[in-house]
Amino acid sequence: MNRLDTARSYETPEGILLELKTAGPVARACAWAIDALIRSGLYIAIALTLAWFGGLGFGVMLIFFFLIEWFYPVIFEVRNGGMTPGKKMMGVQVVHDDGTPVSWPSSIVRNLVRAADFLPLLYGFGLVAMLVNKDFKRLGDLAAGTLVIYREKGVQRDPPPPATPVQPPADLGVDDQETLLDFAERSSHLSRERNEELATILSDLTGARGEVGVARLHGYANWLAGRRSEA
Amino acid sequence: MRQQDFEATHQQEWRALRDLLDDLDRASFKRKLSKEDHARLPRLYRDACNHYALARGRHYSPQLSEQLHNLITRGHRRLYQRRGGASWRLIHFVVADFPCTLRQHAGYFWLALALFLIPALTLGTLSYQDPEMIYSVMADEQVAQMESMYDPANRTPGRSPSRSSETNFYMFGFYIKNNIGIGFRTFAGGILGGIGTLFFLIFNGLVLGSVSGHLTQLGYSETFWTFVSGHGSFELTAIVICGAAGLMLGHAVIAPGRLTRTEALKGQASIALKLVMGAAVMLLAAAFVEAFWSSMRLDAMIKYLVAGFLWLLVIAHLTLGGRAS
Repeated sequence: MNRLDTARSYETPEGILLELKTAGPVARACAWAIDALIRSGLYIAIALTLAWFGGLGFGVMLIFFFLIEWFYPVIFEVRNGGMTPGKKMMGVQVVHDDGTPVSWPSSIVRNLVRAADFLPLLYGFGLVAMLVNKDFKRLGDLAAGTLVIYREKGVQRDPPPPATPVQPPADLGVDDQETLLDFAERSSHLSRERNEELATILSDLTGARGEVGVARLHGYANWLAGRRSEA
Repeated sequence: MRQQDFEATHQQEWRALRDLLDDLDRASFKRKLSKEDHARLPRLYRDACNHYALARGRHYSPQLSEQLHNLITRGHRRLYQRRGGASWRLIHFVVADFPCTLRQHAGYFWLALALFLIPALTLGTLSYQDPEMIYSVMADEQVAQMESMYDPANRTPGRSPSRSSETNFYMFGFYIKNNIGIGFRTFAGGILGGIGTLFFLIFNGLVLGSVSGHLTQLGYSETFWTFVSGHGSFELTAIVICGAAGLMLGHAVIAPGRLTRTEALKGQASIALKLVMGAAVMLLAAAFVEAFWSSMRLDAMIKYLVAGFLWLLVIAHLTLGGRAS
């Protein structure tokens, strides 16, 4: 996780490094395109409804157009946990540089400066800005101090499959121990063949291949997790 | 301590924290937990931070670490979220905070005013003396349209004859979309080292100057000046203020001083935003005046009196608003 090059970390007052995984131009462009579709739908719906009311209707329509043009992202970002509908579908969200939810002033700044990002055409300056800084910030993000990051997904964890705990060889380093635990907790999500294939790579350690190797690794993992009694 | 014992010992606290965060994510009237429960957030969150550090340090499984990481990310977000400052309450903001902020950064305002006024006065004088001058700034059709708008024979001055039948409210919507949009773009252009702002200020100065000079020289001064003098008080001042806000961004980009560029930009942007929002309120007022008042055909004297009053109002608001009495 911490070796991913697009991750950025923020140290909380508690001394914990929070990992924020910044979203790149492609995910953000897709989110923008989805929002653009929704927006054009809104424009059409509003125009069709208000066209019935003559001059007054057109006036109201233009006011709505103005609001949608400038404040559609702001409303969603502040009221909906940093996500416009497009961002929600792409699994990204806007946060401050310190990972806290985006506030009204920051959201307004980043969406007003969007006008400059859009120049000279189709987010030209915005794209250049995103590519020259390490956090993929467009100009609006730089001015507002915001980031677009991937939302954290829920982790599905299963305990290591029950097996008779076996003490692993004594020369196993802490990183290797961590890897064994990781393997055991993920193994219920992997196919049997893949499990066996991975276990075979470690045949030097376990002295066994295939199914027996998998069982032995699970045994080590159970022991590392702290189980001592028979399964 | 081994991973299993660790998890068994703290499972309860993690669940409590997760339930609490879920509850806080709900709308306030749907929450199930009490205020006392919510007050446990900082405690539970800091414990979870501690557990995360232990899990990392003791090389427990990466998935356990990730689970705890997600939990404390949510906790951090909830505990440290920023709350809106008191200065953002609308009335207080418009009446006091906005003019105070503007006066604190008056230098940018005067610079923006000069950037707008000097081209406007220059082109205004030139267009007044030379009827051909305007064609070097605007296209032929635009000039013809603009002349017909302010022709004394036009029944609703300030609107082209084809638009005259449209209601005032339509024009209100049009001015909002158009003029506030120009204000916002003038501000946004500032982040390109100030160049965008410079462009909008000078360009608008050139166009408005040459139009005024040209129409005055044609003898349309009464229709033109009675139309623009009223809403111009809000509109022109607001555009210059948006320009000042844009120049603040440009300044941070070009000369950040002792800060890094991004830090300087963040600091300036949050101040400049106040100016832009204040200017947006002024542009809203301008759109209202322009749509419902400026197009009325009244005695020129009345129009000029009201215009004078509006200019005084704007100047008094910006120079006196928010001063301790």
